[in-house]
Amino acid sequence: MTINTDMTVRVVSITQVAEKVKRFRLERVDGEPMPVFSGGAHVVVAMRDGDLLRRNPYSLMSSPRDSSGYEISTLRVENSRGGSAFMHEKLQVGDTLVVSQPINLFPFDARGRKHIFMAGGIGITPFIAMMDQMLREDRSFELHYAVRNRIHGAYWKELTQRYGTHRVKIYVDDEKLFIPVDSILASQPLGTHLYVCGPAGMIDGVLAKARRQGWPEQNLHSERFLAPPPGKSFRAVLKKSGKTITVGTHQSILEAVEAAGIDAPFLCRGGACGQCETGVLACTGSLEHNDHYLEPDDKNSGRKIMICVSRLNGSEITLDL
Amino acid sequence: MNITFRKETFRDDFTFANSPETIRRYPFPFNEDSYMYSVNMEPHVRGAPGTAFDSLIDVDEHYVSEMHDRALVLKEDPLRCQALPHMMTAQWDTLELIMEQQAAGYPEHFSLTRDGDNWHWINRPMGIDQKFVFGDASTLPYEPMEYVTRQSQGDFCIVDQRDNNLWMDAGMVTTQADWSLDFDIGMNFMEWHGPVPLAHQIGVFERALKFLLNLQQGKPVRRLNWTMTINPRLDTSPENYPKWGPDRTTVTPENVGSKVHLRCELQSLWRLPRSNAILFVIRCYLIKMEEVVTVPKWARRLPRVLRSLPPELVDYKGLTRYRQTTIDWLSKFDDGLPTSPGIFPD
Repeated sequence: MTINTDMTVRVVSITQVAEKVKRFRLERVDGEPMPVFSGGAHVVVAMRDGDLLRRNPYSLMSSPRDSSGYEISTLRVENSRGGSAFMHEKLQVGDTLVVSQPINLFPFDARGRKHIFMAGGIGITPFIAMMDQMLREDRSFELHYAVRNRIHGAYWKELTQRYGTHRVKIYVDDEKLFIPVDSILASQPLGTHLYVCGPAGMIDGVLAKARRQGWPEQNLHSERFLAPPPGKSFRAVLKKSGKTITVGTHQSILEAVEAAGIDAPFLCRGGACGQCETGVLACTGSLEHNDHYLEPDDKNSGRKIMICVSRLNGSEITLDL
Repeated sequence: MNITFRKETFRDDFTFANSPETIRRYPFPFNEDSYMYSVNMEPHVRGAPGTAFDSLIDVDEHYVSEMHDRALVLKEDPLRCQALPHMMTAQWDTLELIMEQQAAGYPEHFSLTRDGDNWHWINRPMGIDQKFVFGDASTLPYEPMEYVTRQSQGDFCIVDQRDNNLWMDAGMVTTQADWSLDFDIGMNFMEWHGPVPLAHQIGVFERALKFLLNLQQGKPVRRLNWTMTINPRLDTSPENYPKWGPDRTTVTPENVGSKVHLRCELQSLWRLPRSNAILFVIRCYLIKMEEVVTVPKWARRLPRVLRSLPPELVDYKGLTRYRQTTIDWLSKFDDGLPTSPGIFPD
């Protein structure tokens, strides 16, 4: 038995925040309050795009205590699979969407003596909610935010105004200003936690520097949402449901399974939470593991796959679904 | 539903008893005639009226007396209630959850009105009328978790989630089956479950932890756990073992019916919204053997379950000394007929 706690929401405003970034404010159609949440949480937004049901995770950026509505921001991505194109070009004020309950895979450590946020581009969104909560809870934090240029960069002005230049530092690529990661990390008090969100290269780079400086693993936090990468089309045999489906080039296994009318468990749809772990019974070809969840042993075993982001390079996979 | 609260004790003269209606709503923990550990979790949704699942935070006829017993325990040993400093946000989450649930489930007994952060809580059975500012602990007579859990049946643990584990970082624990918050505080999920036999080997805790790490807001889950207790004593703590341990030697064929109690724990787990912590409610329900056998299905099932237990489990639950005496007594009420599936009376 599952409980459906999804909420039908209406888009009440759309704001062009920066050149390729739009903010959407969502309020419940039934007038009930939205649940309050913890900074760093995301929701999965389900959108009807013609015949297609898209489900994408977006970080919540509104105040976590504001139960009148949720706000999310999306970046218009070139060559996207359609989610960001839909949000930017088709979605209108007044349209309805369905959002999940808040899920937090990027919580801050409440024991932290100090919190350092490093954001790249649209990776700023979870930090906006976290800082709002931390200000109220009187926690010590600072933000280091890298943007390509001042026109592309979203929210840097507002954040600087709200939290002050002692807590918000902006770095502009086009002005040859980069986050001085090494010197920031070298001079932090005991009990400082570091949080990174942005492009994969940035996350890897920052974390590698922190590890080289001997930061404990428990003090390093990052969030990377993967969009399911495209690949070649293949067949998936679903053992329990007795169905054979085709996974398209721009489709994840999870999406193909859902399109066939089969319920599969999921939470983050970004390869992080582990909820959609599925047994692989057989496959012809090699598994392309794109998730951040499975241990290397599990990946090498060929017996498990995270169907939200990983796929097959081959002709057929048999899944325990 | 207007509850008539019983005046009774859980120590000294042990006047605790269940009314016939409360026996019928007992959360009997066995859904079949045998028992083994499993990840027996299900959604914590409202069940049928007349069951312990009618309201998600259950209040019953023992409420006032249990709260009195908790106050006695805390007076003797304040360390039964502890919260590490980083759990303050989770304490407020807990206060909100319990007040909301008790007011929603029992409007004739509890009410909560809110005007922004100015809250007004009325607890009629305990004669409490409290105005306070949500988020400002100085406006309450205790810290928020202690304040609200002095007014709610069951033990409460708040576990913090970090480093892919759960940490026992706050709790109010006075009705426990032989474990100590003071001892366990700060431990992680694997550490505090260390003593449980057999379950580790079959991977129960790995699966349960994985499941709980993904517990979602708005989707609480529950499971039933159980043990047995001699005399209706709520506070069977390791700290007080000398007071209750020797009771196990006092069971005779003559007094089984009134002395031996089944102790069921209705455990519910809730993702807390502001802190991302998990509230773990462990609500203890006691029932005497002579009360159990008034329900024919349970009278048949319980001796069969007790007979089926592996020896490690019998020892761990502390049943060794009186299990056979209890089985012998209960078997008189088992006519050998098959039992229907599920936990509820026929």
